[in-house]
Amino acid sequence: MFEALQERLTAVFRRLSGRGVLRPEDVDAALREVRVALLEADVHVQVVREFVARVREAAVGREVWKSLTPAQQVVQVVYEELVRLLGGEGRELTPAPKPPTVVLLCGLHGTGKTTQAGKLALYLRRRGRRPLLVAADLQRPAAVQQLQVVGERAGVAVFAQEAADPAEVARQAVQHARQAGYDFVLVDTAGRVHVDEELMQELRRVREASGAHHVLLVVDAMTGQEAVRVAQRFHEALGIDGVVLTKLDGDARGGAALSVVSAVGRPILFVGTGERLEALEPFHPDRMASRILGMGDVLTLAERAREAVDAERAAELERKLRRAEFTLEDFREQLRQVRRMGPLETLLELIPGFSGLRGRRAEAEEEREFRRMEAILDSMTPQERRDPSILNASRKRRIARGSGTTVQDVNRLLKQFEEAKRMMRELERMGRRGRRLPLPPF
Amino acid sequence: MDVAGRTGLWARIRDGLRRTQQAIAAHLQDAFTRPVDESFFERLEEALLASDVGVEVTGEVVEELRRRVRDGLRRPEEVRGALREVLRSFLPQPQPLQLEPPPAVVLVVGVNGSGKTTTAGKLACHLTGLGKRVVLAAADTFRAAAIDQLEVWARRAGAELVRHREGSDPAAVVHDAAQAAVARHADVLVADTAGRLHTKTNLMEELRKVRRVLARQLPQSAWESLLVLDATTGQNALQQARQFQDAAAATGVVLTKLDSSAKGGVVLAIGRRLGLPVKLVGTGEGPDDLEPFDPDSFVDALLPEA
Repeated sequence: MFEALQERLTAVFRRLSGRGVLRPEDVDAALREVRVALLEADVHVQVVREFVARVREAAVGREVWKSLTPAQQVVQVVYEELVRLLGGEGRELTPAPKPPTVVLLCGLHGTGKTTQAGKLALYLRRRGRRPLLVAADLQRPAAVQQLQVVGERAGVAVFAQEAADPAEVARQAVQHARQAGYDFVLVDTAGRVHVDEELMQELRRVREASGAHHVLLVVDAMTGQEAVRVAQRFHEALGIDGVVLTKLDGDARGGAALSVVSAVGRPILFVGTGERLEALEPFHPDRMASRILGMGDVLTLAERAREAVDAERAAELERKLRRAEFTLEDFREQLRQVRRMGPLETLLELIPGFSGLRGRRAEAEEEREFRRMEAILDSMTPQERRDPSILNASRKRRIARGSGTTVQDVNRLLKQFEEAKRMMRELERMGRRGRRLPLPPF
Repeated sequence: MDVAGRTGLWARIRDGLRRTQQAIAAHLQDAFTRPVDESFFERLEEALLASDVGVEVTGEVVEELRRRVRDGLRRPEEVRGALREVLRSFLPQPQPLQLEPPPAVVLVVGVNGSGKTTTAGKLACHLTGLGKRVVLAAADTFRAAAIDQLEVWARRAGAELVRHREGSDPAAVVHDAAQAAVARHADVLVADTAGRLHTKTNLMEELRKVRRVLARQLPQSAWESLLVLDATTGQNALQQARQFQDAAAATGVVLTKLDSSAKGGVVLAIGRRLGLPVKLVGTGEGPDDLEPFDPDSFVDALLPEA
């Protein structure tokens, strides 16, 4: 559908080279591609129009840098402008001068309000806060139970009551929080299938009753053109202070982010990146911009790698490599670290150039292969992992049976291990010569 | 926390946006009362894009209409009729739910938050209302309280609920539900599944397993696998449809949360590219807010009345 923007622009610019400045007609040709890219990413059609006009102003007459192709340069301008528009100050949940800080989560049905409430609670708790979750969605069947389960998982108290009025529940919850020493109150409100006046009135009453300091709008990253209208309606009725963008772990480009920010002029504070309660991250405009443009997200990848691979372990591995005592034990550890970074498919998504071409079948196959390898390694004794040379036919048969694989699979793994050993020695030599991996333009 | 005002651009965009929705509608109305010119096509393009039809399919619609105009259409009402025809031709023929031979299987699948549990519940109500015996399978064992939510619906519908503990294997739930459906001589087995993003390989694999279990248990039964799609979803819906068609043998789409402004234009692309028809539409939260899909009124909703 939509390949990396840069590739498409390269085609546009193939004809022109060696010019000193970007001329209007060059820029226009490129901007047609940019327009398509943004529309495919679900940015609202009106926002696209304004944005493209703005980029045109910024790009025409720019000097063509020697180090960049014109295509790269236009992408650079587009990227800069996107980051600027998605950015904005105060991108955090400032505590109220007098606790508790009351946060209202609102949004349409199915955007993930209850889940985000739980994630936010966990996020705050891990930062030393004492949050209280409040079940003010009395509409949807079992919504209160859902919040209770979520609260339990997050290790956060949930305030729920049999009362029929959500505003009353919110009022009492805040009172309770004040008395019991909670410093954050997170109110999960009812959604609707559509924005309607009845819902807005209910939410206004909840906001008044709770004295909310922050009203956060929860928006699904897969939302299309409708994002603008939804955000506008909520903003007009309630006054939105910030946005939480959910379901970013899918493959939607998330142009809705730009639409919503432009509709309400408030920043995105958090993004939801998975079903686990830990999967809530602060928003990064630069990463979102790359994603909308389909350029991959190098920074997130690097960060995740850093988190997953324990630095000490890495040093230990390196030491072992030097002394050529890399064993299957280490191999297993290494496999685990790679796996800890997340499923392969989400990793590939983050790598520039890979986001367009995803051979899902091949990935699923790789994922299975990984699991097979782990099973085989787990079926060995520690002694066997430390010294694979003792693996005779009978031991291999036992391992194959234990891991539900065949002796051929075991042999293949041993070969792969030798290969990995060789490659790592190779890499290590390269590293010492000071060669670096080629970096993408951003 | 205001990001506005720094450049003045936001104010401009916001101001423009506020007028956009009405403007687009007015644009088209206006367009249909005047002779067809270049600006007509531009407005048409904008209106289709604003309904989530997508760049490619919008391009195809506009191209096809241009061709017909070149062939001699002039009067606004003729052009409008032609446009309706073109849009209509992009949608596969609507097909009713296949419920014979019983017990028919209706597997309800989709991404998180699209409205699967509600759809499964509404469908159960609808079917019991027709005098059918329905077994509901609570195969969403992942989301907190999903089973409780479905239980409320089962009571409302007068359907039997087959449930396991939260966190149990969904394939085991449908296995037991299939047995219950046979034992109770049920007409329909409606299985609610956990929401899953189509990019999660392991979860899609789990869905394949559910499908295999059902196929093995009820080899003779009619098969429906409905992809529940939120009408506010953008272009990503096409990718969703592709993946669920592959993993869950989806036979059709249920378009939920449809209203006057969320038009679900992306189903035009889904129909055109994948041949997957829309079977039902959900318009609200009540048990009766589930209707068969009517392509003509869908197309008319994309085009405001002149």
